[in-house]
Amino acid sequence: MINFIWLVPLLPLIGFLLLSFGSRKFSEGISALIGCGSILGSFIITAVTFVSFLSGDHAAVKVDCFDWISAGTINISFSFLIDSLSLMMMMIITGIGFLIHLYSSSYMHGDEGFTRYFSYLNLFIVSMLLLVMGSNYVVMFAGWEGVGLCSYLLIGFWFKNDPYNDAAKKAFIMNRIGDLGFLMGLALIFKTFGTFDYQEIFTAAPQIFNPNNLDTTIMIAITLLLFIGATGKSAQIPLYTWLPDAMAGPTPVSALIHAATMVTAGIYMIIRSNVLYSMAPTTLAIITGIGIATAIFAATIGLVQNDIKKVLAYSTVSQLGYMFFALGLGAYNTAFFHVMTHAFFKALMFLGAGSVIHAMSGEQDMRFMGGLRKKLPITFITFLIGTLAIAGIPPFAGFFSKDEILAAAYAQSPILWGLGLLGAMFTTFYMFRLVFLTFFGEFRGTSDQAHHLHESPWKMTVPLMILAALSTFGGFLGVPEVLGGSNWIKSFLGSVINYEHGPVAHHLDHATEYTLMAASVGVALVMIIIAWVVYGVKKQVPSRNEAEFNAPTKLLYNKYFIDELYDILFVKPFYYLSKLTHSIIENKIIDGFVNAIGWLVGFGGQALRVLQNGSVSFYLFLMVMGTTLLLTLVTYFIKN
Amino acid sequence: MNSFLPELTNVYFNYLLLSSVLFCIGVIGVIIRKNIIIIFMSIELMLNAVNLLLVNFSNMHNDPNGQVFVFFIMVVAAAEVTVGLAILVMVYRNSGSVNIDTLKNLKG
Repeated sequence: MINFIWLVPLLPLIGFLLLSFGSRKFSEGISALIGCGSILGSFIITAVTFVSFLSGDHAAVKVDCFDWISAGTINISFSFLIDSLSLMMMMIITGIGFLIHLYSSSYMHGDEGFTRYFSYLNLFIVSMLLLVMGSNYVVMFAGWEGVGLCSYLLIGFWFKNDPYNDAAKKAFIMNRIGDLGFLMGLALIFKTFGTFDYQEIFTAAPQIFNPNNLDTTIMIAITLLLFIGATGKSAQIPLYTWLPDAMAGPTPVSALIHAATMVTAGIYMIIRSNVLYSMAPTTLAIITGIGIATAIFAATIGLVQNDIKKVLAYSTVSQLGYMFFALGLGAYNTAFFHVMTHAFFKALMFLGAGSVIHAMSGEQDMRFMGGLRKKLPITFITFLIGTLAIAGIPPFAGFFSKDEILAAAYAQSPILWGLGLLGAMFTTFYMFRLVFLTFFGEFRGTSDQAHHLHESPWKMTVPLMILAALSTFGGFLGVPEVLGGSNWIKSFLGSVINYEHGPVAHHLDHATEYTLMAASVGVALVMIIIAWVVYGVKKQVPSRNEAEFNAPTKLLYNKYFIDELYDILFVKPFYYLSKLTHSIIENKIIDGFVNAIGWLVGFGGQALRVLQNGSVSFYLFLMVMGTTLLLTLVTYFIKN
Repeated sequence: MNSFLPELTNVYFNYLLLSSVLFCIGVIGVIIRKNIIIIFMSIELMLNAVNLLLVNFSNMHNDPNGQVFVFFIMVVAAAEVTVGLAILVMVYRNSGSVNIDTLKNLKG
């Protein structure tokens, strides 16, 4: 079955082509059938490959498709590397992708761009699959750019609304800034290793660079530049501001792209390159710092947001920060575990939020919701499961992955563990604030909205239920030894992640681990109780009059004014430079140059016009003189 | 002057000198005269001067090619005169004068 693996990205590609050409003619049913069917086909093929891979010896398989670029010494083939890491990512992409396609077929019902939506979604799945399946950095980069493009297309999906277009542009431009770093990293990789192929690079790296001589400049440069690309794609400080604005797109898009798949591309890239990163501990330290800073920073902003999608967006940025935090600590498999569990519960919560918004006839402000658990029971229960998962309450998925991250942090430094725990406290608080404001209390919306409140149709609730089941049981894939499990994920990924050459794994004794687990669960329960007291019992609702906020709330509500800071630091100087270039270089120099040529021609014409005065004797005179001159020159002056 | 023009004390030099003088007279006639017919005559004079020169050189080098070329030039001169005089007649019919400065409609 592995020989048919090229079908996996091909089916959605065919879907994309069909849907983009039939954009005006296909009915909603046909579009949904093509869109969902292609992803279902990919998922089935991936699942069968995965099962057969499990029973084998977990060896990586390289599937060559065709020679892509060969110019001189560069030989890049379009080929796939199928190993445990890429297969797990493919399962997540096609599996959750299919659920979201199914959800979208009901959510986007009645939208005039229905077919276009599914064509973009299929294109996104193609690009994301290329990204994770590629066997060299160039195929990964092709997918990297593709997902950036689809993100732009889908965020600005309702293109008649200008602020949405601005959000789409912002996402694409910030992605591209990161991509510049990525490209420079690629160039350095080629200069150092002479190839882009993963297997060749990762076997050559320990030979070229002595494993005892870490932190060589070139390795730091490569890994840091690749990480800059990851900050753009995965929304870390300083390139994260596009993600909250990206909530302008349809909610299933936010679930797929900005929770489960695209934003995890940076983390996938670093896990894939773990051999290189293990050779540059300085970069890993930087990644740890940025990761935890982003985690806490975004969590604080999420504490006071009132738009349900914005809370989830900042939560995503914060959780991505945790994943980078884990990567920087050298716990690559833990970061991947968190990618997987996060995909489950964040996609679940985004889809749940979509269900709520759908029921509230488009209202997204939580101040106008309340008491929805009676009218939307399935949404409520599944959303609650997702929230319990993100808060890290056992036995839900988030507990295992988050706890592994905190344990790895404690093994390096208790301070890092403390910071991680702080972020977890904030996370629990604002997620349960969301739940209590939305689903408990009295309904605070208009009576029109109250009439429309209804549970969503099966196409929307069944994905919710499936994701809820995954959020509940998905954590069992990585039960640590201390709790009696075998940490299946860690051993499954062992073929990709180099545990010997990696950062030294600190082993904590069981008593410490139990204490850490108890601490995080205890803290989470305390925060739930506090949130319940504030929003459930006292029924506090954030004020609708934003001028009444006190100073700290204003700071957080306005996202620390980072957008305004970037505007002053980068956007305005750029516009100024652009105006300057236009007025001086464009108008004066270039236009002047081109106009001067035209003027010169005219002037020359005026001067030469004198020669044609109509007098034949003048012409004759000139002819004679000219011939004489020519003959004199030839005879006397041009002598070889 | 001596290095400029090697003086041949033979008869060939005389023909060369005569041919050059005729040619120069022809050129001056083309430049100076105002009557179109005189200008045509000067052109003919130039052509004939060249013919004389060619025959002279052909004799000097004992090469018949020069005289053959003279026939060609005569043919061309005849054809050209035909056309030129035809144009002259038309110009005279339209403007009533054979002054070369009559057709000056193209302003400078």
